[in-house]
Amino acid sequence: MSEPLLRAAGVTKRYGARTAVDEVALELWPGEVMAVVGESGSGKTTLLDCLSGRLRPDAGRVEYQTRHEGLKDLYALSEAECRLLARTDWGYVHQSPDQGLRMGVSAGANVGERLMALGARHYGRIRGEAADWLVRVEMDPLRIDESPRGFSGGMRQRLQIARNLVTRPRLVFMDEPTSGLDVSVQAKLLDLLRSLTRSLPLAAIVVTHDLAVARLLAHRMMVMKDGRAVESGLTDQVLDDPQHPYTQLLVSSVLQP
Amino acid sequence: MYVAVKGGERAILNSYRLLDEARRGDPAVPELGVEQIREQLGLAVDRVMTEGSVYDPDLAALALKQARGDAVEAIFLLRAFRATLPRLGYCEALDTSSMRLARRISATFKDLPGGQVLGPTFDYTQRLLDFALAAQDDAPEPAAEAPATSEPVPGVVDLLNAEGLIEMHDPSAGDPEPPDLTRSPLGFPAPRAARLQNLARGDEGFLLAMGYSTQRGYSHSHPFAGEIRYGAVQVELVAEELGFPVCIGEIEVTECQMINQFAGSKSEAPKFTRGYGLAFGHSERKAMAMALVDRALRAGELGEAAASPAQMQEFVLSHSDCLEASGFVQHLKLPHYVDFQAELEMVRRMREGKPVEKSA
Amino acid sequence: MNAPVPIADARAAAREPHYNFAYLDERTKRMIRRAILKAVAIPGYQVPFGSREMPLPYGWGTGGIQVTAALIGPRDVLKVIDQGADDTVNAVNIRRFFQRTTGVAITERTDEATLIQTRHRIPETPLAAGQIIVYQVPVPEPLQRLEPREAEARRMHALGEYGLMHVKLYEDIARYGRISTAYDYPVMVHGRYLMSPSPIPKFDNPKMHMSPALQLFGAGREKRIYAVPPWTRVESLAFEDHPFQAEKRASRCSLCGSGESFLDEVIADDRGARLFLCSDTDYCRQRRGADA
Repeated sequence: MSEPLLRAAGVTKRYGARTAVDEVALELWPGEVMAVVGESGSGKTTLLDCLSGRLRPDAGRVEYQTRHEGLKDLYALSEAECRLLARTDWGYVHQSPDQGLRMGVSAGANVGERLMALGARHYGRIRGEAADWLVRVEMDPLRIDESPRGFSGGMRQRLQIARNLVTRPRLVFMDEPTSGLDVSVQAKLLDLLRSLTRSLPLAAIVVTHDLAVARLLAHRMMVMKDGRAVESGLTDQVLDDPQHPYTQLLVSSVLQP
Repeated sequence: MYVAVKGGERAILNSYRLLDEARRGDPAVPELGVEQIREQLGLAVDRVMTEGSVYDPDLAALALKQARGDAVEAIFLLRAFRATLPRLGYCEALDTSSMRLARRISATFKDLPGGQVLGPTFDYTQRLLDFALAAQDDAPEPAAEAPATSEPVPGVVDLLNAEGLIEMHDPSAGDPEPPDLTRSPLGFPAPRAARLQNLARGDEGFLLAMGYSTQRGYSHSHPFAGEIRYGAVQVELVAEELGFPVCIGEIEVTECQMINQFAGSKSEAPKFTRGYGLAFGHSERKAMAMALVDRALRAGELGEAAASPAQMQEFVLSHSDCLEASGFVQHLKLPHYVDFQAELEMVRRMREGKPVEKSA
Repeated sequence: MNAPVPIADARAAAREPHYNFAYLDERTKRMIRRAILKAVAIPGYQVPFGSREMPLPYGWGTGGIQVTAALIGPRDVLKVIDQGADDTVNAVNIRRFFQRTTGVAITERTDEATLIQTRHRIPETPLAAGQIIVYQVPVPEPLQRLEPREAEARRMHALGEYGLMHVKLYEDIARYGRISTAYDYPVMVHGRYLMSPSPIPKFDNPKMHMSPALQLFGAGREKRIYAVPPWTRVESLAFEDHPFQAEKRASRCSLCGSGESFLDEVIADDRGARLFLCSDTDYCRQRRGADA
């Protein structure tokens, strides 16, 4: 493939006098996981929203490689096209699973919803596929009829992942997917994400403040500070040999066991 | 042999007779006159006019008589009557600054040009039942003659405006005609003009509760009563043949301007923001509640998160009409036995776990 | 065709002179007709309209009444039913309203009516080309219970995004083994719009499909009109492996013996004995050969 899956150039977003995202550019290739790392206020979540079609930038372009029509400018698409893309080609994993799930319906319905939205009309098959995905995210398929209200944080997050992956998207946006979970739960979840991104395969942009998440999941990473991308490159290189002073600060502040 | 129930029509006709009797009450007691209601139950008349959207105290009084004092039923009568009236045109915007004031207060300044005019109010009475009123007495002693305000009294808001402290409301580009909710349905998101119309016609009890909720921490704007005024304003209409506005009469209105804590942003200096309420007759509670809710509903345009019910347009505006609410709640009295039958069958089957029978 | 059967009421003989024919002024009728035309042009789509205050309360049929009032003419023959019967109090009230304001001929016979206004049932007698049936609708938005925000529901209709409705049906099957909606069962009209058929029992849904008559739906309080033109596909939602079934109990009407019609359950005595009677009183009476 000669063109990237996602390409952003000059992406800028301002709120009044404050510039939240300042001339950020990146390219993402199929099957590649990129981490966007920064502290709070760095603009990383705003950037994620701009890249995923949720927030129109004030300047710059975001282009996505559609399945049949080549590279397209996201913000030139109609609302219908954008929503369809969000349901088929993309996934979005929220930091808080409650935002990405329907808490009032069963786990099975949560996972099956995208299939039904795309026209699946066989209850047995929808249910079967939902159960398969529960297994793939290491959940007990017998809990398929339970409401997520009874699930732990880690389980809700797994459910959210399954709900997103059921249509085999090519690109998943993740906003701090493991924050707020217990450390051991985080570790398991990261393992799951790692194996899913490798096996499916899946391209992903993962926003995180945690360098360990970047190290474990991402092929490449970008460091953000005050809205600018100060450094980017292969994850191992950036973490082992940081060039920019801010990156050096980040890396050195990570507590060593 | 079962004989099917019949006689629905006869039952209805009979119910009319019973209703007439109930309305009249004890025939030994003198019948209420429409003028008595108009004159002595003025606040009930005012509410019916406001929510009925017709300024006609005699009609409102008649409606109250026919409705046996039930405000919502009277409002219904007035609205249904209004729907049959021909539309002659739209009057010019009311100039409340030239109101002939009967009452005017401000909580934001101790004194202000035009003064604080207490007027006729329950506010500083003690709520002790006055049994002397039970007797049919002569007219009470006339009050000390209130100084008639002949000069237009500027609103407090205009004073703050002079310093640039309060937000300005510039008309939208092109000064478009406001929508008319009595002609076309409300759509969401609704522009402020449509929201204000909806609130003006809205049920006083509902708005009162919503306004109250904004004071109890379900919203973040701390209100001050900038100005409340009650009195008579002129109604002017531009007659086509003349081409200039002509006064066609006076109506009494109550206007409330609420001033709220500023909304500043990094690009705009802090200012005071506003809520507005207007009602026919002497309706302070309504005008004040309306102003609180108006301000709450502006959350979106002022960059505030719409987290509480009073800030949610769809919630407030869809449930504010007393006739819609009363009609739908009370429609549950209508026969629903067919749907109930269907539900009954469904529940029975689910409990039996029987396989479903196909239709013939 | 037999002469229409008038309902005796001397007061309603002549039209009320103070109001326009059918109560509404002509401009309002035109506004409503425009909404109806738009609705017919887009089957199943809810057209907003400037619903007027009527002399009956919101929630009691004002939408249906406005649609009927906009269409009715002096040569129409009107039938009004509620729960399938002509004699229920609400049907009587509405029929009286039209008698007072139009003086048109009224009938209890489905096959004689040109215009039928109904609440909660479709007549058992199949409708014919040239007939119009007007449904009274309390909640026009089929998505309302799932998505109370109108703006979002409108977007879902515009984009044809009805996954949420199927989620609800899926949940029903997961929980109860069957779809639990007994009335107001959602349908797809002309393969495009999701529509609420009004609270008719799901037993009646098949009658809407490819009907030769024009079907109009009026929601006064919610201010929407929608339509199913003649010969239009109306398909009740279901799953391939859980198809739609218009269930019927295996009882018969105690009066006429029909095993095909929707039956009302009546508690006949204080020991709880039950009778089943046709909900559609006209259908039952005609089967018995009895005339009112």
